[in-house]
Amino acid sequence: MHNVDYEAQMKTEGFHPSLVKGPVGVNMNSLGEADMFGAEPKISARGVNFYYGSKRALNNISIGFQPRRVTAIIGPSGCGKSTFIRLLNRMHELVPGTRLEGEILLDGLDILSPACDPAELRKRVGMVFQKPNPFPKSVFENVAYGLEVNGVTDKRLIEEKVVGSLKKAALWGEIKDRLKDSALGLSGGQQQRLCIARCLAVSPEVILFDEPCASLDPISTGKIEELILELKKDYTIVIVTHNMQQAARVSDRTAFFLMGDLIEEGRTDNIFKAPRDRRTEDYITGRFG
Amino acid sequence: MHRHFDEELQQLKDRILEMAALAQAAIAASVEALKNRDKAAAQKVIDSDAELDRLELIIDDKCLDLIALHQPMAGDLRFITTAIKLNVELERIGDLAVDVAQRALVIADKPLLKPLVDIPRLGEIAKRMTGSAIESFITGDTELAKRVVLSDSEADVLKRSVEKELIYGYMMKDGSTADRAVPLLLTARHLERICDHAVSMAEDIIYMVSAVVVRHHPEELK
Repeated sequence: MHNVDYEAQMKTEGFHPSLVKGPVGVNMNSLGEADMFGAEPKISARGVNFYYGSKRALNNISIGFQPRRVTAIIGPSGCGKSTFIRLLNRMHELVPGTRLEGEILLDGLDILSPACDPAELRKRVGMVFQKPNPFPKSVFENVAYGLEVNGVTDKRLIEEKVVGSLKKAALWGEIKDRLKDSALGLSGGQQQRLCIARCLAVSPEVILFDEPCASLDPISTGKIEELILELKKDYTIVIVTHNMQQAARVSDRTAFFLMGDLIEEGRTDNIFKAPRDRRTEDYITGRFG
Repeated sequence: MHRHFDEELQQLKDRILEMAALAQAAIAASVEALKNRDKAAAQKVIDSDAELDRLELIIDDKCLDLIALHQPMAGDLRFITTAIKLNVELERIGDLAVDVAQRALVIADKPLLKPLVDIPRLGEIAKRMTGSAIESFITGDTELAKRVVLSDSEADVLKRSVEKELIYGYMMKDGSTADRAVPLLLTARHLERICDHAVSMAEDIIYMVSAVVVRHHPEELK
């Protein structure tokens, strides 16, 4: 995965070579959405409607998230983007009075079926929130927490997982001597990476980021973005962000939500250079209002 | 919604139009100077190029500022990247008009080899193509821009005809005509190059308006 043969990857992922025209590359217009990221989605929504009481918050959303890709969801406040990603690991069930119609498939299996255990699901589909939310415990205990509640007792295994997760979250070098210190003493950026490490410790397959940098300074934001780019080698990543430059920097694909509708989804470079829908253009160029 | 950024983009557009007007005037004046064997007019074209060079730097700087400070996206991004390219094309057109003016200076003191017919026609085509490209920039008319791209062969055919006539009709028959024929050959070449730059501008404008890449993709023009 680390030295990707781009050409081979394009072929194996359904990219049609005939779409590349001439020596200079791809004609963006003709390429359309038949792009190089044509793999089977890891997780997808089909015809999803979602209601808070009688109010419909999402309208007939169908979208797939491909493995080892970052998909950014953008849109103005209240468009339903955070609501939507919370459906992907059934977090919506924690809110009373909500109702969901449609299907959400993880590796082709419906996660909404009664046979699917939400706790098991959330191990496979982890979430990182806008505000870092470490537990008032030590750094080590924070990362080990998910393993322990899942019944892992082997101390050596726990230690291995904690160290591995902290390394993957690009935090190990900074706090390897402070594992027994309270997590609440870390900086905001470190706390957020700790939350990512906590999420990684239970070996998820999909990671949902809900505005993970909203409360961070630019340096910490840069570290989280670098981390997301690193993590995408192993995970399917969906990120909700208000920051369009962030979406442009970290994502392979971008989806634009507006008033509960999915307006447009496509390759990030296409969305930011030449969106198909006027409403997307108006939003990303700041003409909304 | 009103955006202050739109005012900045309009200022950039105005600068490009200012530059286009100067470049178009330089083409017309250089061909007139050649036709009329007017050394003073030719010198004026050469001197006025400094203004185009000055504007080029201003526009370059403005484009970099807009990218650095506003991080433009989508149509805004395509507009600014197109402005960067038009800026280069227009500056080159100005340089080619200077080249024509320099040839005018060379031949002004010598008797004409023949009455100038095709070269002024080539000059008209260069003016028309440049003007149409700029008009498509102003109006966003991609059909007009496509016509500019497709009309390039007209200039190529005329240039080849001039070359053929000067080489085979004069220089091959009488080597002593070379000092009067070569400046005309070069002039035809300069004017044809102006047409090529007009084509490049039109291709950039089509991308700006519709995000369709026609450069190196002639099938997209159908």
